[in-house]
Order: sequence, then structure tokens, then C-alpha cells
Amino acid sequence: MYPSPNVARLIEAEFIPVRFHIKDNPGMWHRFDVRWTPTILILDWDDGSEARRVEGFLPADEFVGQLELGLGDVAIEHKDWAKAQRYFAHVAEANPETDAAAEGEYWAGVAKYSASHDASALKETARRFTQRHQGTSWAKRASVWKG
Amino acid sequence: MSDDSQIKWGKDVDQALRTAKQQQRPVLVDFTAAPS
Repeated sequence: MYPSPNVARLIEAEFIPVRFHIKDNPGMWHRFDVRWTPTILILDWDDGSEARRVEGFLPADEFVGQLELGLGDVAIEHKDWAKAQRYFAHVAEANPETDAAAEGEYWAGVAKYSASHDASALKETARRFTQRHQGTSWAKRASVWKG
Repeated sequence: MSDDSQIKWGKDVDQALRTAKQQQRPVLVDFTAAPS
């Protein structure tokens, strides 16, 4: 159940939503290799491949962040770098205290680099991580770009 | 009060994937054990 209206609005606006209850659809659990609840899968619209998997409960701001990261993942899959960068940058800025924000910061830099092949985008991302999200796994991943 | 009722949940993922391809929107699949 999603008590936050923001979550419901986002799901209705951006996704084709499907729900399976553990009691009613055991085959679907096996098909998608689901091991825990709640589990959310975001499937690419073109080939149905899994773009993101979210396992376990998250508070609303983190959950919205994961959904938007998933939208960014789908955009990356389609090499729509501008759209990906918009989604990821929004996650990074909208709720900067969330774990999702750190991941958004990272992938926004990757999307920007992928569009331009300009390594300064990665270096700038590494610099941004020195100012926020320090100590996160995403900051550690980006640290290699400091140069 | 939950706003979950605002979401029009489908029950057929393959139909959802067909719709997704037409609309170029990803599918969100929610696996739950919560009481309905």
C-alpha cells in the first residue's frame, strides 16, 4: 500500500502498474525470481528486461527516488542521455538526504559523459561528491574520476 | 488514508508489457504479501 499521494501520482503518470499477491500468483514469483516482499520490478517498455529491482520497504521519499532512478535506468538503456540525466539529476536534487540522491548524482554524471564523451563531466561528478554524499558507496565509485 | 486506490493495478504482466511497448512507458510490477 502506498500512503503517499506523490507515489501514487508518479506510478500512474510514468508506469504501467501490475500487482501480484503472494497467495494468488505463485507462478509470477518464480518467473521473476522474487525472494522477498515487497519487491518492485521496473521492466523496460521495449523488451521487458528488468531495469531495476527494489527489495524491501522504503519510506516514501526513498521509494520515489528509486522509481525515478528506474526511469533513468530505462532512459539509459535506450541511450536517451538527456532524459536519463534529467531523471537522475532530479533524484539528486529533490531529496538530497536520501540514499537515492547519491546514486542519482553518480548516474547523472555518467549520463552526461555518455552524451558528450567529455571526461570533465565525470571529474565534476567526483568533485560534487567531495561536497555531499561523502562516505557513500557512490562517492567511492566516483572517487576514481578525481584524476 | 492510503492513496493506493488511485493506482489502476493490472493483473496480467504480459498484457502490461504489450501496453508498455505501445505507450513507451515501463512496467512496474509490485509483488506484495500485504492484506488486500
